[in-house]
Amino acid sequence: MRDRTFAPSRILIYLLVSLIAAAYLAPLAVVMLNSLRTNQEIAQASMIGWPKQWAWSNYLAAWSGFCVAETCAGIRPYMLNSALVTIPATIFSTMLGAIAGYAVSLWRFRGDNWIYGIVTLGLFLPQQMRLLPWTIVLRDIGLINTLTGLVLIHTIQGLSFTTLFCRNYYIAIPHELIRAARIDGAGFFRIFWRIILPLSAPILIVTVIWQFTHIWNEFLYGVTFTTGQQQPVTAALIALSAAIADIPQHGVQSAAVIIAALPTLLIYLLGGRYFVRGLTAGAVK
Amino acid sequence: MSKRYANLEVLKGINLDIESGEFTVLVGPSGCGKSTLLNIVAGLDRPSAGTVEIGGRVVNDIAPKDRDIAMVFQSYALYPSMTVRQNITFGMECRHVPKAEQEKALASVARLLQIEPLLGRKPSQLSGGQRQRVAMGRALVRDPLLFLFDEPLSNLDAKLRVEMRMEIKRLHQRIGATIVYVTHDQIEAMTMATRIAVMHHGEVQQFADPDTVYRYPANLFVARFMGSPPMNTMPARLVAEDGGPVVVIGAGRPDEVRLRLQGYDAAASFVGRDVVLGIRPECIAEGSRGFSGASGAPIVINAPVEMVEPTGAETIVLLRLGGEPVLARITPDIRPAPGALAPFALDTRRICLFDPVTERLIA
Amino acid sequence: MTGTGAAAPRTGWPAISGVVRRLPEYMTIWVPLLLSAAHLVSFSLWTIWISFTPSTLVPVSGWVGLRNYTAVMASRNWKIAFDNLLLFGSAFVLLSLVTGLILAILLDQRIRGENVLRSIFLYPLAVSFVVTGTVWSWLLNPGLGIQKLVHDLGWTSFRFDWLVDRDMAIWTIVIAAIWQSSGFAMALFLAGLRSVDADIIKAAQIDGAGPIRTYWRVILPTLWPITITVVVVQLQFAISAFDLVRALTNGGPGIATQLPALVVYDLMFQRSQLGRGAAAAVLMLLILLVVLLPYAAWRYVQRRRATHA
Repeated sequence: MRDRTFAPSRILIYLLVSLIAAAYLAPLAVVMLNSLRTNQEIAQASMIGWPKQWAWSNYLAAWSGFCVAETCAGIRPYMLNSALVTIPATIFSTMLGAIAGYAVSLWRFRGDNWIYGIVTLGLFLPQQMRLLPWTIVLRDIGLINTLTGLVLIHTIQGLSFTTLFCRNYYIAIPHELIRAARIDGAGFFRIFWRIILPLSAPILIVTVIWQFTHIWNEFLYGVTFTTGQQQPVTAALIALSAAIADIPQHGVQSAAVIIAALPTLLIYLLGGRYFVRGLTAGAVK
Repeated sequence: MSKRYANLEVLKGINLDIESGEFTVLVGPSGCGKSTLLNIVAGLDRPSAGTVEIGGRVVNDIAPKDRDIAMVFQSYALYPSMTVRQNITFGMECRHVPKAEQEKALASVARLLQIEPLLGRKPSQLSGGQRQRVAMGRALVRDPLLFLFDEPLSNLDAKLRVEMRMEIKRLHQRIGATIVYVTHDQIEAMTMATRIAVMHHGEVQQFADPDTVYRYPANLFVARFMGSPPMNTMPARLVAEDGGPVVVIGAGRPDEVRLRLQGYDAAASFVGRDVVLGIRPECIAEGSRGFSGASGAPIVINAPVEMVEPTGAETIVLLRLGGEPVLARITPDIRPAPGALAPFALDTRRICLFDPVTERLIA
Repeated sequence: MTGTGAAAPRTGWPAISGVVRRLPEYMTIWVPLLLSAAHLVSFSLWTIWISFTPSTLVPVSGWVGLRNYTAVMASRNWKIAFDNLLLFGSAFVLLSLVTGLILAILLDQRIRGENVLRSIFLYPLAVSFVVTGTVWSWLLNPGLGIQKLVHDLGWTSFRFDWLVDRDMAIWTIVIAAIWQSSGFAMALFLAGLRSVDADIIKAAQIDGAGPIRTYWRVILPTLWPITITVVVVQLQFAISAFDLVRALTNGGPGIATQLPALVVYDLMFQRSQLGRGAAAAVLMLLILLVVLLPYAAWRYVQRRRATHA
């Protein structure tokens, strides 16, 4: 079974695997090619085809040209919105999650199991259960339809994941290490800063990648709590397809889709190993 | 002093008084509470009742860092992200010791433990023995009132363990530190301690110097725990014969063994009653052995041999005395045949007698 | 060092100054954790409360009992959404499980380029559902995508118009969802296959088991716990699926691909029926609990068994 002796079956395996891989890559390839075809060319043929002439201008139009509603600034402002929400929320939720995970795993305190249990419930609770209260709260504190509001939401919601990731990682650190440091005279923050944090690079990378991908790709909160110019790029993409449904510009739209997907795809390409680790860690809660 | 976890009492009425400069070993099987006791002394655990004093000061409410102690852990607990140098100086850094002083202390400890070439390395680049030394260096550099060792040698291989054992003992003799050392290895306890506290079920069974613990175990648990192979224990009967006590093994059997005892006055009240007889394997030897200092001829008994285990330096023989299985340590020059009778010499001066009910040492 | 048996008076609480000194550390531990826990509990209770009120455009107090629930459950919208969820949930979970397992077994054959292939099967997970939905809406659009391509190639009787077919549209969501997340099942299964003790496989070979029998009788049975985990995670996704449907079909044609999450959003933010929207959200939670509670019980039993063994 796990050897290289039986040649015909191995050829079959390679054939099968290649076919499936092609099927997985096809949608990405189609959109990439379309992003380089002119709108007319797509309209005349189908979405699937090789560019007759390379229409690089699609990217310029997608980035800063086309119009959604009355504004004609392309996808750029929405990309900026997404970045302004995703980056701070990722940093805050990861930092707070690391300290919280450290506290509940290595620095036991009264009631820690209870509160940790409730926090991890956030992994299961559907977002829909929190939509109305968030709307009301955001309105009351004046953060509805602001990027700050989204940062706040994603930071608090993200704590469930980040605390879980870090706690499960820190729990494997031997308690003797903490005891030795306490005898050496180090306190809560010094132990975290000097001993735990230098050991945390792998889990922090996993957490950051996970949070970044999740927040960047998030749609429901973006579309619920923001409108118009304040929307993140996922919500803007939907608005875009609705806005130009009458006069399709599939070349430009494809370029916009590629641009919107690029940050998370790049992170996946660079840190795939950590991405997968986050995926499995999140599953085995 | 005692310690309870929920409804489990892990330590009961512990009362130990350790002199300055002593090397005290807490020894016992796993789960006997010795590590909990050590953690309480360190301040990492709180006692449910009672007080802990270090250097005449009650330290119950004093944080570990302020107790003037240092600890060496079973896993060494070296900070993985720090170099050896940083590992050793971290405690001084926490206490804001001036840099120059840190360097001086570091240099002298590094010289003492011969770890100067390792100072720039990370723990992951060290061998087990080297990690052990660094962990000791971290403790030594504090120059505390009290050193705590929590099974520091149990992660080393057999050869290294013997070397480090001698090194720790040498260190103790050189710097005269007060040490409390926890182990489950009775050989470590015997070889290093000035006093041993044998613990079982959260209680101190005996607290005495190694010779006393070995020669006069306070009860059956200590007798069976200390020594390898352990002391032979078997039911016997104490009777008076010709005005002196005689202990009978397998009374009434055709092969019953009668041993005359001398100087066992404390056992007088047990004459005519059942006792538990304890005899160390080295007190039973080949028939030609003359135990030095024994008055009169040594007692030689013909006994059936069941099994022979040569270890090289000596041969362990399983034989039967009055029907009871007994281990003997004999010279490797002789190989009795299993199944046959062979002569064995017994050193009756070192027999221990225990109360079968309370399991305590009678004499 | 001395320990005395006599119980000395114990200070039950650390001195006040100690508490003040440790305030920063208490703050950093408790504030974020409490905020997170409090918002989860209070927001859930809040939504449950709203579901029992006659709220429409704004939340109002008052008590209507289960009226919102009966209204939601009687609506055609919800009925279709619930039926769709049953179909979509079971088809998607089953097919992505099978796809993931096949991919994992194929990758487990020590093939060249395993890392590249694994990356290919997993990359859709890094992409947002909105992007996935948009792309697949183009590919499956009969006038634009695959059907158009085949027609242009000359096979004009070819039909692949599920996207606009009321009966088949839900399957387009199944296809896109499998494309997006079967890699997840593959990753977990592959990890499971790799963690099978190599000695067990050797023993099976010595016993004379061929490759297929070894997989079927020895290796796959060890994957049960992973399978359950995958099923639960995928079901969780299916129950709260929103972005993908919104981008792919937006519930259409008509309301043929309606799903509970869309109904909730529709009631809350488009029809301004807050009470009913909240009731629909609670219903979603109940459906989720049907899946999660047995899973939690199973996990608990497993853990108990592991600690007792």
